[in-house]
Amino acid sequence: MNTRALGSGWVRPSVIPGFGMTLGFTLAYLGLVVLIPLSAVVFRAAGLGWQDFLALATDGRTLAAVRLSFTTALMAAALNAVFGLLVAWVLVRYSFPGKRVLDAMVDLPFALPTAVAGIALTSLYAGNGWIGQFLEPLGIKVAYAPLGIVVALTFIGLPFVVRTVQPVLQDLDREVEEASATLGARRGRTFRTVILPVLGPALLTGFALAFARGVGEYGSVIFIAGNIPHVSEIAPLLIVIRLEEFNYAGATAVAVLMLAISFVILLLINLIQAWSRGRMERG
Amino acid sequence: MHASATPAQVAATTESPVVRRLLCAAAFVFLLVFLLLPLVAVFVEALRGGVGTYLAALVEPDAIAAIELTLLVAAISVPLNIVFGVCAAWCIAKFEFKGKSLLVTLIDLPFSVSPVIAGLIYVLLFGAAGWFGPWLAERDIQIVFAVPGIVLATIFVTLPFVARELIPVMQQSGTDDEEAALSLGASGWRTFLTVTLPNIKWGLLYGVLLCNARAMGEFGAVSVVSGHIRGFTNTMPLHVEILYNEYNFAAAFAVASLLAVLALVTLVLKTWLEARGGHVVSSLGRH
Amino acid sequence: MRSPRFTRFGAVTILAASLAWGGPAMAETAILNVSYDPTRELYKEFNEAFAAHWKAETGEDVAVRMSHGGAGKQARAVIDGLAADVVTLALAYDIDAIAERTGLINADWQAELPNASAPYTSTIVLLVRKGNPKGIHDWGDLARDDVQVITPNPKTSGGARWNFLAAWAWGLDAFGGDEAKVGDYMTKVFRNVPVLDTGARGSTTTFVQRGIGDVLLAWENEAFLALEELGPDKFEIVVPSVSILAQPPVTVVDGNVDKHGTRKVAEAYLAYLYSPEGQRLAAKHYYRPVTPEHAAPEDRARFPDARLVTIDDTFGGWQAAQQRFFADGGVFDQIYQPK
Repeated sequence: MNTRALGSGWVRPSVIPGFGMTLGFTLAYLGLVVLIPLSAVVFRAAGLGWQDFLALATDGRTLAAVRLSFTTALMAAALNAVFGLLVAWVLVRYSFPGKRVLDAMVDLPFALPTAVAGIALTSLYAGNGWIGQFLEPLGIKVAYAPLGIVVALTFIGLPFVVRTVQPVLQDLDREVEEASATLGARRGRTFRTVILPVLGPALLTGFALAFARGVGEYGSVIFIAGNIPHVSEIAPLLIVIRLEEFNYAGATAVAVLMLAISFVILLLINLIQAWSRGRMERG
Repeated sequence: MHASATPAQVAATTESPVVRRLLCAAAFVFLLVFLLLPLVAVFVEALRGGVGTYLAALVEPDAIAAIELTLLVAAISVPLNIVFGVCAAWCIAKFEFKGKSLLVTLIDLPFSVSPVIAGLIYVLLFGAAGWFGPWLAERDIQIVFAVPGIVLATIFVTLPFVARELIPVMQQSGTDDEEAALSLGASGWRTFLTVTLPNIKWGLLYGVLLCNARAMGEFGAVSVVSGHIRGFTNTMPLHVEILYNEYNFAAAFAVASLLAVLALVTLVLKTWLEARGGHVVSSLGRH
Repeated sequence: MRSPRFTRFGAVTILAASLAWGGPAMAETAILNVSYDPTRELYKEFNEAFAAHWKAETGEDVAVRMSHGGAGKQARAVIDGLAADVVTLALAYDIDAIAERTGLINADWQAELPNASAPYTSTIVLLVRKGNPKGIHDWGDLARDDVQVITPNPKTSGGARWNFLAAWAWGLDAFGGDEAKVGDYMTKVFRNVPVLDTGARGSTTTFVQRGIGDVLLAWENEAFLALEELGPDKFEIVVPSVSILAQPPVTVVDGNVDKHGTRKVAEAYLAYLYSPEGQRLAAKHYYRPVTPEHAAPEDRARFPDARLVTIDDTFGGWQAAQQRFFADGGVFDQIYQPK
């Protein structure tokens, strides 16, 4: 299989073999597993007609659920941006006993099944749980309230921020900091004007990844949320509920809405990365 | 203000000990509350009824069936995603072509699609009222509410892991080695096995590890397509939910603790891989 | 180059192998009973009893597989192709939905077995914390500002629909049939609900294990079970002045049993629910047997007397009740419309 035969201008010629085969397989697999099934939802929704789709997608309960998924994911991602940066900073810049263990622990949310995280967090933050018993008297309700969703999503999203910021922080040239310092800048100012701008794209990417994951998260949230319509009912749960009501049109409408949102977020992430690559090359 | 020789420089390239300790303390507390406590809670709840109850919950036939099914699902979906990941990384990292960034975005898509939707799409395709439903029913092939549906949903949610890890590794190693091997007359397949594979093996293992962890732990997508038949289409995470709903909290947490152990093993292996492969951290977000 | 075709062939083989796993040939007969949430314990014991009975009767081994969940979810799964041989759900409407949408069940299924195809009945009671600290004695107390009520979501849980209708039936009595007032009362009750789980089991867990709420609206059998499993020193049952006669129906999924060749065993399975042994087990697991004489006396004595209205008399049957109360835009949806 010769690449040149295939490449009619859109692929740069190369002596490396296997382009046709690997690209073919990649596209076929992606098509079969991801694209065709996903298009089924879109077609199903298209079958509704624009009017019906709009009515279903802008229904009060749907909007409330999508809004809740968004705001909680946004809050969790913001929390993760702050604490993720902090954790990455501590892991990269300082040395202390148990650092490797701590570093490994950061990936726990990737490895721990979400359902397990859900029941564990619920048992911690319920009014009679280890943490909940101290918060409840203060009037802070975590489990069975929107705050619980934020907690679950923070757990799920933490590694995304740490793992995107960490490598950039490691590669960060300390001479620039030193230069800034010799020029008389104080530490806080150096951080703001020298370090943060370099970390910016990675931080944003981590934030967006955590956010994207949070919007769609289901397993860990349903145990802790409370699931009250208009209050603590997330969008993925609404899809499940619509299905259980035999309301396929409603389920697909919410699904398509969320898919569109995910795709936009992904595009945004790629734009940020392209932008940061461009900056790096120029810089 | 400072007694040391170059006070300004020291102060400006690191933080003062007080700030440093505060930052460390804040990070510790955050990790303790958000990561460690949930993990500890799983084991404490699991052992609440004593070791006997704990072990009994794990050797119960339905629990064993769930463990077997989980292993089976991972054994099918992970190798398929390895083949996919290697192919995708090969064509993306070794070649320049138009539409490449779109392809990368599409590979990432399952990461940001809600797992519930991942389950829903297969119901819409293969369910009794789905596109292929009647065709499948005629031939007596069951996909949703049976193992194939669970496998498909798992493949969907774990699809990006291997590809995501391999793309940056392959990009980094470039094409010079392969070109040299080819010019010496090695076949393409042999070049891949003897030149490329040794370069990417740590990244590959790393991706497989993450892929496997997610495949065994997936809940949302699998829940939609499983049908929840006890001892037959229940994976471990679903079995946890069932036990939890039967007031059998100790048993639920016992099975959950098994999954938590799996998570810990994953983390240990991952740390080991990083030390071996010099593959610093997950390359999520970098490609 | 031979590798591409080889790889593709390999992938196809693995995929095909994984697809084939779906219908393994079983040595023994197996039937699948798709049921709702609170029947787990009953069917666990009943399935063993039936397998022994079937073995004695025919010499064949039979394995009964179970799938449990909220009634709506379970009916949806059967509609989407979950290959149930029998369904034992919380209310007739969900079985009607399967019949209507798939044609797998005969439209007049409810006439096929005695007592409108309900081998056992139940009712809705109030489960409160020990000593009844909030002084909850009847449905009216649920609307009080200081009371938190736990119930699952009527949209997804059959039990929750019975809860809703039982409260509504009380309201009709209490407010002399003034439906606007009953609606206001129901709105107040649901304003007091802090957690809306999707199934009856989720609600019981919330109330019992998480310690949320002052009163749980529950199936009578579920309330008894919570008492037994989690300690009578923690909870007590309050029987309201009026409640509803809940008839969880059972039926054979005709289309599936004919395909699987399991009609005989599936029908025998359901018939066995009506047998003295089946009735005894139902009563043992806190379901009210339709032939009480077969229940153990101590089991029979547990069921309190309560005035029970029926869905047919008070609400004109399930189809009408579903349309009016639980359909999209129905009475229940209006309760959750933000004002």
